[in-house]
Amino acid sequence: MKFSESWLRTLVDPKLTSEELSHLLTMAGLEVEELDPVAPAFDSVVVAHVLEVVKHPDADRLNVCKVDTGSGTPTTIVCGAPNVAVGLKVPCALPGAQLPGDFTIKIAKVRGIESSGMLCSAKELGIAEEAAGLLILPADAPVGQSIRQYLDLDDNQFELKLTPNRADCLSLLGIAREVGAITGATTSLPVVPEVPATIADLRAVVLDAPEACPLYCGRVVKSVDAKALTPEWMKRRLERSGIRAISALVDITNYVMLELGQPLHAFDNTKLEGSVHARLAKPEEKLLLLNEQTIAVDADILMISDDVKPLAMAGIMGGEESGITLETSELFLESAFFAPKAIAGRARRYGFGSDASHRFERGVDFGGTRRAIERATQLILEICGGQAGPVVEAKAALPARPPVRLRTARAEKVLGLPLGAERIAGLFKGLALSFEQQGDDFLVTPPSWRFDMEIEEDLIEEIARLYGYDNIPSPAPRGRLKMQLQREAQRPAFRVRQMLADRGYQEVVNFAFVEEGWEADFAAKTEEADLIRLANPIASQMAVMRSTLFGGLIANLVTNLKRKQNRVRLFEVGRTFHRDAAAQPVQGFHQPWKLSGLAFGGALPDGWASDGRKIDFFDVKGDIEALLAPAALRFEKLVHPALHPGRAARVLLDGRDIGCVGELHPEWVQKYELTAAPVLFELEFEALKGVVVPAYTEVSKFPAVVRDLAVVVDRDLALQALFDGLKNDLPALVKDLQLFDVYAGKGVPENKKSLALRIVMQDTQRTLQDPEVDAAVQQLIACLEKTFGAQLRA
Amino acid sequence: MDNLDQIVSEAQAAFAAISDPDALEQVKARFLGKSGQITELLKGLGKLPPEEKKTAGAAINVAKTAVENALNKRREAIRKAALNARLAEEALDVTLPGRAEARGGLHPVTRTLERIESLFASIGFEVADGPEIEEDFHNFTALNTPEDHPARSMHDTFYLQNPDGSLADKVLLRTHTSPIQARYMQAHVAKYGQLEKMPEIRIIAPGRVYRVDSDATHSPMFHQVEGLWVGENVSFADLKGVIADFLKSFFETDDLTVRFRPSFFPFTEPSAEIDVAFMSGALKGRWLEIAGCGMVHPNVLKIAGIDPEKYTGFAFGFGPDRLTMLRYGVNDLRLFFEGDLRFLRQFA
Repeated sequence: MKFSESWLRTLVDPKLTSEELSHLLTMAGLEVEELDPVAPAFDSVVVAHVLEVVKHPDADRLNVCKVDTGSGTPTTIVCGAPNVAVGLKVPCALPGAQLPGDFTIKIAKVRGIESSGMLCSAKELGIAEEAAGLLILPADAPVGQSIRQYLDLDDNQFELKLTPNRADCLSLLGIAREVGAITGATTSLPVVPEVPATIADLRAVVLDAPEACPLYCGRVVKSVDAKALTPEWMKRRLERSGIRAISALVDITNYVMLELGQPLHAFDNTKLEGSVHARLAKPEEKLLLLNEQTIAVDADILMISDDVKPLAMAGIMGGEESGITLETSELFLESAFFAPKAIAGRARRYGFGSDASHRFERGVDFGGTRRAIERATQLILEICGGQAGPVVEAKAALPARPPVRLRTARAEKVLGLPLGAERIAGLFKGLALSFEQQGDDFLVTPPSWRFDMEIEEDLIEEIARLYGYDNIPSPAPRGRLKMQLQREAQRPAFRVRQMLADRGYQEVVNFAFVEEGWEADFAAKTEEADLIRLANPIASQMAVMRSTLFGGLIANLVTNLKRKQNRVRLFEVGRTFHRDAAAQPVQGFHQPWKLSGLAFGGALPDGWASDGRKIDFFDVKGDIEALLAPAALRFEKLVHPALHPGRAARVLLDGRDIGCVGELHPEWVQKYELTAAPVLFELEFEALKGVVVPAYTEVSKFPAVVRDLAVVVDRDLALQALFDGLKNDLPALVKDLQLFDVYAGKGVPENKKSLALRIVMQDTQRTLQDPEVDAAVQQLIACLEKTFGAQLRA
Repeated sequence: MDNLDQIVSEAQAAFAAISDPDALEQVKARFLGKSGQITELLKGLGKLPPEEKKTAGAAINVAKTAVENALNKRREAIRKAALNARLAEEALDVTLPGRAEARGGLHPVTRTLERIESLFASIGFEVADGPEIEEDFHNFTALNTPEDHPARSMHDTFYLQNPDGSLADKVLLRTHTSPIQARYMQAHVAKYGQLEKMPEIRIIAPGRVYRVDSDATHSPMFHQVEGLWVGENVSFADLKGVIADFLKSFFETDDLTVRFRPSFFPFTEPSAEIDVAFMSGALKGRWLEIAGCGMVHPNVLKIAGIDPEKYTGFAFGFGPDRLTMLRYGVNDLRLFFEGDLRFLRQFA
């Protein structure tokens, strides 16, 4: 809501500077977003009358003018404006005037002729961006009057950011009432006299949907001059409220809306047939609106129609056909109350809004409907002439305003503030609320312009607002002390993140909506049934919800490579999104947290100590193992759309699939123009938060015996398969079996590899003897031979 | 006797000339070996008359000790020299960079969230979480924002499509973290509702939220932290106290002013917008909008199954992106979501 300060001050004029007023409004909940002077500072510019214009003898484009500035003697001024002409009233900066842009007017010779001032354009005065010539003033502008005074330039434009509950402040009247309440200043609200009918013409009004429209005032006005000029003061007030002046009739309806908060509509009465109805839309009804859009209206849209056709979307926008033009001479004026519920959300549904719908959906004062039509009639007759018929008022049950009970003790409890009934009564009086006091309780009847006083809390908020939020104390909070459960088997999410950071990974945060292509490439999701598509994405490359964090990480890699960062390790923790009919808590959408990482470039940072080795699968596998240590993970070969099929693994924790790790598929390496394959992983974040609570096992006092063994096995035998195969046949003495070398090549047959195993044997009760150690090793060898065809390596 | 002095000084000179440990042992033999000069003299003692034996023997032993001392001194000198040579040989350029994995780091907003969580944990707030694809009910209706409420237009909401292309009208991308309070309260009531006195709710709920808005100061995805305290005697004054305490702790300064200004949110009443102004620094004296808050609306408590006559509470929502920018002097919100290592590494 924008408005002119000087307009407001005609209604209420507290002894406050503009800044003080602005602060007060903000602190009362009417946030002042902007406070700008309507014109920059300048002085000594007056209304001047051009008496004579003669060509400059020595300059083609200059004129020598004689102007009357009100000083008694004509002044000579050299002027270069193309539109200067005898008889015009224009602004004239007198010698000594300070103009915007640090420009001082002096008496000076211009091409040999002394010029005592400057005739000004709107641009030179800083009140317009562009100007083609001098600012031409109305012929009746009083010569010699300060232009600041004449154009009311010592004014400020306020812009309020109003919250949806304060529709009552969408008018000057409402703001004035509020300023009166918070400052105690006297308000002189507009008194609107009834305009008597001078003709008998009228049009019947029928309320077909009395809940949606319980009050409708209509009036016929004839013989108006739609081409009449809007008075300058009205134009100025409209423009300073951000509304462009259009034509007298439109300007008047807008002006009354700004002044009183009641949106009005003017129909061309000659286009109407029979009675006027406020009714719900009929099936398949269509209407061409003033914004040139044709709308097929839904059944819950309130319409204004005549006996034959729809005329307007009530409270939202009028129809083109019945609208007024400069040729209109007969009006049907509408001032109505449309219930917020009947208007709310409707305009948004069709993708537009209007000043009227903005007000009606928040609530318009139904006590002022009649007043507004009288005010509009008054202004129309004044400006456009004409004769008014009687006001036809159709009325049904208006919104009830049941009294709201406020308990002093409740207000004190909610606010944490000892107030007392007396002070509350004082605050209510300041708000001009009508109330009845019953002991410490108040029964408050909300005024017709407030739609946000339905429950006790609404009144508590009013009390707090007027008392001043700043005046409410802010004590240190008090509560019961109770320790929070800190489960040892869970570690905080930050710890997991920190561990990865300590291993060289940098955390990123990427958007959850991604390119459709990423879902196809990295998750093989191409079917509509798999994708989760946004209905209103901000851009086509942010159209679907991600089911994997890989796409964002790869895009980050590409960006960073472009910026010459050639060793990149990244991770992100975020939710992923999957369609799943059974998912909870939001049915249909499984939204697990994932931790995903990417590593690219040197195994170590470039430098004197780096051997230049590039990162590979096992570096990243090591990072994953470290993250989850001491839990033992299993890795199984995996085929995954994003990953190299020979270099990808599923990660299992206690037999449960918790994610994957692998090299980016060579196809994507090429497609995303990478110079090498990054290694990626994605894990269930929940699984990473679990940790093992230690449990003691006895430490043996007897020495361990270590034996090393090298066996030759088939090259494609997975180590895990070998360990799994041995598990049940492992002699009891064997406490640990480790791989310490893998070798293939010279000395080992083709398609074979040599595995070097370290066997650790120990007993907690005694020292092991050589024969039993030898027997155990033999048992192991026998088992390796039998199960895997292994041979001892010579 | 002159002879003995001569032997001693001869030995001293011979030892001093040598710097190789093996050569030293050979030279030693010339004086102290089986047929060394000192040894020969000692052997010759037997031929002397008994009255001379004693004095001559003593003199020889003095000489022998002197030779031995000279030898040991030389041995030590040679060992030291060898050690020094080795140490010099082994010297490193200690100014070369250390050999270690480069450290990564947390995202700056994560850093802020961690600080916020731990500050609130210190006064008993637990962390809660909720879904990002959220039901319309929890995002709006349960928060006293029924369909067609004008407040819904304050939020430019992302909606989803059904696989058949139609609008999925029951779900959306959450526009704020407030639905977490609705969910948490419901769960709390389910757990403790039958008790005479429910335990207090004190939670903090950080997360990503989404709005159809993208320019220099708005990102279509950003962060929020929701806070909620519901108990038998929680007041607006307490809200002010907690917020003031938090802001001073978060920015680690008393040099700031906090102001509460009336505002409107459908799910709180009274509602306030929180502004902060720093007394020094680049932003000195400017009011910066930093959070929205208020007393939980009785309708929201009722929908969750909590009796608003018995329990009251407050809720607040901070923008951790904004807090991060203020804390570290970051001037462009978009930097948080671009994944540029040159930016992110500054927060390692």
